[in-house]
Amino acid sequence: MISLAGRDILHSWSKFVLTGFGLGLLIGVTLSMAGIYRGMVDDAHVLLNNSGADLWVVQKDTQGPYAESSSLRDDTYRTVRGMEGVARAANVTYFTMQVRQGDTDVRAMVVGFEPGQPGEPGFLVAGRHITRNHYEAVADVKTGFQIGDTLRIRRHDYTVVGLTRRMVSSGGDPMVFIPLKDAQEAQFLKDNDAIVNDRARTAANPALNRPGVPGLLEAVQASQASNHNVNAVLVQLREGADPEAVAEPIRRWKHLQVFTRAQMEDILVAKLIATSAKQIGMFLVILSIVSAAIVAFIIYTMTLGKLREIAVLKLIGTRNRTIAGMILQQALGLGAIGFIVGKTAATLWAPVFPKYVLLQTQDAVTGFIIVMVICALASTLAIRVALKVDPAEAIG
Amino acid sequence: MKTANLSVNRNGIRIEGLRKRYGAGDTAVDALKNVNMTVAPGEVVGLIGPSGSGKSTLLKCLGAIIEPSAGRMTLGQDVIYDEGWKTTDLRALRRDRIGFVFQAPYLIPFLDVTDNVALLPMLAGVPNAEARQRARELLAALDVGHRARAQPSQLSGGEQQRVAIARALANQPPVILADEPTAPLDSERALAVIRILNQMAQQYQTAIIVVTHDEKIIPTFKRIYHIRDGQTFEEAGEGREL
Repeated sequence: MISLAGRDILHSWSKFVLTGFGLGLLIGVTLSMAGIYRGMVDDAHVLLNNSGADLWVVQKDTQGPYAESSSLRDDTYRTVRGMEGVARAANVTYFTMQVRQGDTDVRAMVVGFEPGQPGEPGFLVAGRHITRNHYEAVADVKTGFQIGDTLRIRRHDYTVVGLTRRMVSSGGDPMVFIPLKDAQEAQFLKDNDAIVNDRARTAANPALNRPGVPGLLEAVQASQASNHNVNAVLVQLREGADPEAVAEPIRRWKHLQVFTRAQMEDILVAKLIATSAKQIGMFLVILSIVSAAIVAFIIYTMTLGKLREIAVLKLIGTRNRTIAGMILQQALGLGAIGFIVGKTAATLWAPVFPKYVLLQTQDAVTGFIIVMVICALASTLAIRVALKVDPAEAIG
Repeated sequence: MKTANLSVNRNGIRIEGLRKRYGAGDTAVDALKNVNMTVAPGEVVGLIGPSGSGKSTLLKCLGAIIEPSAGRMTLGQDVIYDEGWKTTDLRALRRDRIGFVFQAPYLIPFLDVTDNVALLPMLAGVPNAEARQRARELLAALDVGHRARAQPSQLSGGEQQRVAIARALANQPPVILADEPTAPLDSERALAVIRILNQMAQQYQTAIIVVTHDEKIIPTFKRIYHIRDGQTFEEAGEGREL
């Protein structure tokens, strides 16, 4: 038996291809939305991987440093480094800002780190690591900066000496790495007017400006203008050390919050991007409904245009099963064309998205199955109409 | 004209006391009151009547599309209706035992000419290659063999109607019901279609009933059934040579 659906598709292939193309663009958007969600999850994992940490030590009762702000004294790492099972511990700061270059600026997460310690970018695609204590930077290629470019962070200029790749925040912002001391200063740096104002206020305070205590005023003013805080201490464990066994004494005796890798993943994936994930989920549901409505409408309209042929087919003895199969196969064919177009379109336009879009094969397979199910369900309306056609309509 | 290699039907159709009533009680309408008709194998008869006379109802009863209310129908050697259908599979009955030719050819637009004809045997379970071979033989017999690979939209009206006749013959039915088969055609082509129907009826010993209003072709029938108020009256036709 010949495939009636296949012949119909071949006969009016341009109509099918054009319709499938339109449907495919919609499917492409749907796959891209799923890819954006996957990209967000991957960004979170990349952030954790690139930090090189096994434990994150942050301010007590916070979920920092990514999901909440956290502030620690910058000597905390010394006590952590002395704990059983800890191999390395280093301070790190994170803050997101508009990094300026000439007249333009780029949104980036500025990371302050100590060279050679956890928090340093794991690999470079060009240039070298930071070797000076001040005013050098390593930037992710997504910032668009080139080696030798001069960036302005707060009041100081930095020279880009190295480029890295896939170093992004959980929000997808590319990272710019600078020396820790510079980052500490930049994080809480006040403008000049505010500093002058603070100095005047302090000098006017008789408790802090005692005539009989020389150097007190200068010491207080110096402490007001400097920052000795960091956002977190990144900890690398000795080989074979149990993360939870190392974390628990730090929590108990140092009065700090400590997150293991699994706990930090949970914060980033389940909490930080939860709202975005729900938003994307809603879009996916709506797009699925719209796709189903479009397929149903198209197949229904195409079936209405063939009622006379269906009546003839029924009159000459075609089984209802064959007619229903023809409509179902057409709907599935339309879905298959749409999926191929959608997958191709999503693959082509994914790199153009400002945020990372991760198109996974597993999602594509799941998407294909869902498209086929939607098309099959959407065809039921047309099948019902076709099965109701009276063979007598062929005679008139 | 070439001859297709088909088996020959040796029996026609016989209708006795056929009745069809729509509705019930006071609103009941007797569309067919007492229809008697016999068409022998190889014979082409005309069925003529004014609008509302019961032609369409009779055609639908003969085509196993609607069920008569009473009477008896014999198709070939088999009684297919005797106060009730004698088969539960009317779809197969229509597919295998009755051929249809419509006012318009109603070819399936997405199948080529060969597959339009081969579709019926395929539906009956004949292997594709054999069905297509049978279709090609029929198309050749109807002088449209050279258009076997064409799409229906590429054919003229007369060619389409010949393909429709080939389709009706494809399963070698004992009877063909032709509903106004010449209505859209000019005189020359209309007579050509009737000539073909006569040749096919002779060649394959098929009984053919042609429902028509077409004054051009009525003189060609040797026997005519007039239907009026749900009853048939037989008369001899002119049987003009084609």
